[in-house]
Amino acid sequence: MAYVAIADRDHEIEHHDPDTFITKYIWSQDHKVIAIQYSLIAIFVGLIALGLSVMMRLQLGFPNDFSFITPEHYYQFVTMHGMIMVIYLLTALFLGGFGNYLIPLMCGSRDMVFPYMNMLSVWVYLLSVIILLASFFVPGGSTGAGWTLYPPQAIAAGTPGVDWGILLMLLSLAVFIVAFTMGGLNYVTTVLQARCKGMTLMRMPLSVWGIFTATVLGLLAFPALLVSAIMMILDKTVMSSFFMPAALIAGEQSSHTGGSPVLFQHLFWFFGHPEVYIVALPAFGIVSDVLATHARKNIFGYRMMVWAILAIGGLSFIVWAHHMYVSGMNPYFGFFFATTTLIIAVPTALKVYNWVLTLWQGNIHLRVPMLFAIGFIFTFIHGGLTGIFLGNVVVDLPLSDTYFVVAHFHMVMGVSPVLVVFAAIYHWFPKITGKMFDERLGRWHFWLTFLGTYSIYLPMHYLGFLGVPRRYFAMGDPSFMPESAHSLNTAITVSAIIVAMTQILFFVNIIKSLRSGEKAGPNPWGATSLEWLTPDTPPKHGNWGHHLPEVHRWAYDYSVPGYPDDFIPQTVPADKAPSGRDHGVKH
Amino acid sequence: MTITLIFLAAIMATVIGWLLKQTLNTQPWMASAADDAVSGRSLDTHSKTIALTTFLAVATSLFALFISAYTMRMHMADWSPLTEPNMLWINTGLLVLASIAYQLTRNAAVAAKQSFLKPGLAISGLFTLLFLGGQLLAWQGLYASGHYMTSNPANAFFYLLTAVHGLHILGGLYVWARSTIKVWTGAEADSVRLSIELCTVYWHYLLLVWLVLFGLLLST
Repeated sequence: MAYVAIADRDHEIEHHDPDTFITKYIWSQDHKVIAIQYSLIAIFVGLIALGLSVMMRLQLGFPNDFSFITPEHYYQFVTMHGMIMVIYLLTALFLGGFGNYLIPLMCGSRDMVFPYMNMLSVWVYLLSVIILLASFFVPGGSTGAGWTLYPPQAIAAGTPGVDWGILLMLLSLAVFIVAFTMGGLNYVTTVLQARCKGMTLMRMPLSVWGIFTATVLGLLAFPALLVSAIMMILDKTVMSSFFMPAALIAGEQSSHTGGSPVLFQHLFWFFGHPEVYIVALPAFGIVSDVLATHARKNIFGYRMMVWAILAIGGLSFIVWAHHMYVSGMNPYFGFFFATTTLIIAVPTALKVYNWVLTLWQGNIHLRVPMLFAIGFIFTFIHGGLTGIFLGNVVVDLPLSDTYFVVAHFHMVMGVSPVLVVFAAIYHWFPKITGKMFDERLGRWHFWLTFLGTYSIYLPMHYLGFLGVPRRYFAMGDPSFMPESAHSLNTAITVSAIIVAMTQILFFVNIIKSLRSGEKAGPNPWGATSLEWLTPDTPPKHGNWGHHLPEVHRWAYDYSVPGYPDDFIPQTVPADKAPSGRDHGVKH
Repeated sequence: MTITLIFLAAIMATVIGWLLKQTLNTQPWMASAADDAVSGRSLDTHSKTIALTTFLAVATSLFALFISAYTMRMHMADWSPLTEPNMLWINTGLLVLASIAYQLTRNAAVAAKQSFLKPGLAISGLFTLLFLGGQLLAWQGLYASGHYMTSNPANAFFYLLTAVHGLHILGGLYVWARSTIKVWTGAEADSVRLSIELCTVYWHYLLLVWLVLFGLLLST
């Protein structure tokens, strides 16, 4: 069959050349504009969630000094902070933002396969965010059930936001899932069907592998959240009893009977654990590409990296109940889930070794994206190791619901992915905007953020060992908490405020660079993958001008001996440049 | 959760098995003329077919999770089984007929028999709407006899499962309406063929889901 690129076949791709301001920047069907829309919305809500965490820290560090933080408010802050960060910031930013921007560019396509559905996806996402934020302003305020929304307390009288907040939260989640599904179908189909000539699956950069696999996980796991949201809405509105047991609520017998809160936990974590990898896998992929580019070296063990991504994806569905050891379960179940949890550490550790080995004897350029990527290796190893503690039933039981858990998940899926987000933004900023960022500001941003987050979360492990419980509005003066623990809490709060303020540097950098940044060339890092080879920077609508690129090699031909440059773009044919193996370079 | 796990194991085995097959014997760092000639389409089928297949996997995940929840909730003390209205047998028949009608319409569209399209689409849609109407009647009957959502979890699950299935059918009817309007305004068989083919797959799928759900409801 003669080769015809999918994007060149008129009947499969809808024409949507933008001609007015509105079709170009607002109702745009261009994947790059949609990516930026996704990212801006996600970063906007992320900032709100950051603000909420500062309020929480103010209360914890200086108990009762701030009269506007009531216990009700505190729980609302905890809940909204968690939910926004995990779903509306990280999931949306990695898949809707980077997924949209990178998949077509890295695969050599002109756009997503279904641009109209892609546009719907971002607007439905915005709708979900609006519904979520509206819950701040309804009577009773947003829900304060904790981000896991466990029944019965999520819909029992006495919990903040029980009238409207919880309903808006569940509705917003359902709407978000619709938005994600529309985007997800696009990402999967585009990766499978719209790559350019010569781009075999195994020549794709790891970023695409990570985003692709995370999308598959999302498509299969988000229904679990949808199921639990629908059933909880019904328990709340029509008084069915899927999850709600018979209970005395605020001294009154509720009309619910016999429901099972543990059923909700199973459904929630059946989504919740894959969700960790929905956030982590794109981060794994992106960090691999940033490390290889700035170390001028091919990624160590590319095939192993791909298989590890797939193995983690598969395993992530059979570990969920390790979040429920304290909910009570058959000991054999606990044994099973502890075992699977330890097994999933194997491919994950393999990836970490490969990142470190990629740096080994590389020609490391400590530019800002690289700093963030190396910072990620530190925080991820750190959070990963404490995960092995918590994956074991006997260790988890005493540590459950303490600050040790807070420290663990913030290191592994808070700080680590956010460092990758920054690495990615700095790495692709020159391509997205055509301008260079300010290197000095970027370094300040990195070091303050990296050291600052360590000084927030490292002490929390110690608090956890002491037995300081998480989610408490005020600790009081229990005998197990020495004075040092109280002053530690104050110190953590100070660090948190510094880290939060540091992010201003990032925005100053972005705005300053957009206005007066040095013009970036098409390929400032000397990278090999296709997005750096577009005829225009930033890439125009359609990405590739008249002809789609053709790929002749993988994305990691860095420092190949016998070639004048230390990188060979993916489009350079085999007869024009050697490949790594020809010269005995070990892979 | 066993049901969901079995389903997921199957889907993951398919996806990962297929991906591994693509990746096992490759050495991407080596120059390869064979790889250079690869078209960048992994599957020789229309993108919309892939999107629908992926969506069916998502929907299956959703239904499998509902069924898992059903089987877990079923074992709690307050569960009292619901006697399904006989109406459901008729409805099942209607949905089978809708599926058959859609299959015949599809065959006609593939064979470019223009004259078959209008009656074919009309009959498929009619049976489907009758099915939905029948489901609503079944609801009404249950409601009239005092089977409320609040009175028992078995009732609540009945309303929930049928509603979710019905909503999926409504989504299908939206696409059906679009191709029907196209055909009525004089579109050629060729221009609606893909849409009709995909709808046929979707209708068969929803019939299958309904048979599974109905079987589950009857047997418990």
